[in-house]
Amino acid sequence: MADTITKAEIINPENLVYKKTSMMTNNVLSYCPGCGHGTAHRIIMEVIDEMGLQAKTIGVAPVGCSVLAYDFMNIDMQQAAHGRAPALATAIKRLHPEKTVFTYQGDGDLAAIGTAETIHAANRGENFTIFFINNGIYGMTGGQMAPTTLEGMKSSTTPYGREWQRMGHPLKMTELIAQLPGTYYVTRQAVHTPVSVRKAKKAVRTAIELQQQNKGLTFVEIVSNCNSGWKMTPVQANQWMVDNMFPFYPLGDIKVDGELVKK
Amino acid sequence: MGKELKLMKGNEAFAEAAIRAGVDGYFGYPITPQSEVMEYLTAEKPHERTGMIVLQAESEVASINMLYGGAACGKKVMTSSSSPGISLMQEGISYMAGAELPCVLLNVVRGGPGLGTIQPSQADYFQSTKGGGHGDYHTIVLAPSSVQEMYDYVELGYELAFKYRTPVMVQSDGAIGQMMEKVQTGDQKIRLTEEEIIRNCPWATTGKTPNRERNIITSLNLDSLVQEKHNIKLQKKYREIEAVEVRFEKIQCDDAEFLFVAYGTSARICLKSIQILRAKGIKVGLFRPITLYPFPKEPLYKMVKNVKGILSVEMSAGQMIEDIKLAVECKVPVYHFGRMGGIIPSPTEVADFLEHQFIKG
Ligand SMILES: Cc1ncc(C[n+]2csc(CCOP(=O)(O)OP(=O)(O)O)c2C)c(N)n1
Ligand code: SF4
Repeated sequence: MADTITKAEIINPENLVYKKTSMMTNNVLSYCPGCGHGTAHRIIMEVIDEMGLQAKTIGVAPVGCSVLAYDFMNIDMQQAAHGRAPALATAIKRLHPEKTVFTYQGDGDLAAIGTAETIHAANRGENFTIFFINNGIYGMTGGQMAPTTLEGMKSSTTPYGREWQRMGHPLKMTELIAQLPGTYYVTRQAVHTPVSVRKAKKAVRTAIELQQQNKGLTFVEIVSNCNSGWKMTPVQANQWMVDNMFPFYPLGDIKVDGELVKK
Repeated sequence: MGKELKLMKGNEAFAEAAIRAGVDGYFGYPITPQSEVMEYLTAEKPHERTGMIVLQAESEVASINMLYGGAACGKKVMTSSSSPGISLMQEGISYMAGAELPCVLLNVVRGGPGLGTIQPSQADYFQSTKGGGHGDYHTIVLAPSSVQEMYDYVELGYELAFKYRTPVMVQSDGAIGQMMEKVQTGDQKIRLTEEEIIRNCPWATTGKTPNRERNIITSLNLDSLVQEKHNIKLQKKYREIEAVEVRFEKIQCDDAEFLFVAYGTSARICLKSIQILRAKGIKVGLFRPITLYPFPKEPLYKMVKNVKGILSVEMSAGQMIEDIKLAVECKVPVYHFGRMGGIIPSPTEVADFLEHQFIKG
């Protein structure tokens, strides 16, 4: 046993490989274990930390599982009505052009009730960043169909699976947003593996940096899981996401430097 | 810019007052009969005059939520609309009341329900004075009855909105919004600096600096006990507003045996009706509520011992009459006279009703 390192040795500063960013509070996350929201919060806050933007950042979280984001993100925040975060962010950024402003929205919030606010903020080319967490379902209210719910996917309001004939098609908001001349950087990422987390964080940083250059709206979708809503274990949910969500919502940049990426 | 005497429409006076009051941002959506507010503002280039921002939103839902975002930063924000648009804003107004955010809203009321008509009405009294949106809350409601008051209540509105951290509604109607009168403007106020806002509004989301805790603007409390506490705090604020912010005007009331109670356009009509009736020897006066919420209950109650009856005149089916009856505790008869659907009653019509239906009827 002599060569095992002790706890005291582990917490030596030179052994430190990872530390929670001080831009996350010490409050216990309200998310289900395995949910992608926590990781998405963390990478955004790490970027704010690394860029030294705490005093300049105002975040907006509307209604959804992340309604309590302000309990976890260690910055000034506003809680918005369901779907309306881009309207708040528009005014905040117009009145405070020097601030870093972002919204953090679910797919029900952004692609259903808040479609108009999202599209018009994008079309006006507002200089803030939208983080769009797409888990294909309404998590907070208990797993109902979202606009993003895949065909055939079960939810509490599509108990036999979504049929487009009666329930419409899944909506690719990110591709739609990318068509608008007001958007400058549009990308789709995920946070289910260390590699994807690193890539997603890079995208978050790019978005925030571009926001500082006043290039127009920057938009980062994070395809995420909702193991509770999907009625799966976290591991199953991640696999299901890879097998089913990614083929329909392929990861990668959709618009870079104001130009659509040619596939 | 110094004081000026100008001939203006009510809607334009409101817009000019906004620029001169040092408003930071106006967010609106066109609707008759108030579109002149945004038209005037865009023509005046307030971004050059004061740095004020004017943005045409995609809907009233968006504009009220833009107000939320701006107000939460401690900025002076404003919108204007007319009845259908104000209905759309109700969720946002409730959120702002819940999150205790100051703003000034103008409702240039038109006839309803539904798309109704574009002609003047006062049928939004219930909506504006009783809460309008969901939850237990009030907005302060100021009722101008002249173009000058359209101008003056902008400044007063912000004073009250920031004093109490609450939305303030200026409730006008299509007639006052559209008519032209002379207006004495005030001096140009300079918009507040970031430092002044941080000093005046320590609660605002201006970016978390090391010297203070985070500022969070929310109306959410999942713990019911905390939410009840928040409600109790709000109710305390409303009781204080009711105690100190009541505003009203009494005209020819000293010898009056009958009383008109009316606000806005109806109050102006009643002034003419009083002339007609007094010429016939009928002693009538006007009690004009200026704050519709808080309703001037006590001042009105104090007057009942001297009068034989009260006629509420409102361009509605009879909404304010409920507050009048509560105020006078049924000590004197209270009746309503009104026209609906955008009809403005004539002074003779009102005088005839008082003389023939009310006194003799
Ligand atoms: C006006 C309004 N309608 C409905 C709701 C109820 N509601 C709360 S969260 C939510 C859906 C959230 O889903 P999503 O945006 O996908 O976020 P998630 O919870 O999945 O992260 C709904 C419908 C509400 N709060 N307000
Ligand atoms: S319900 Fe779904 S989205 Fe919400 S916290 Fe749980 S797993 Fe995450």
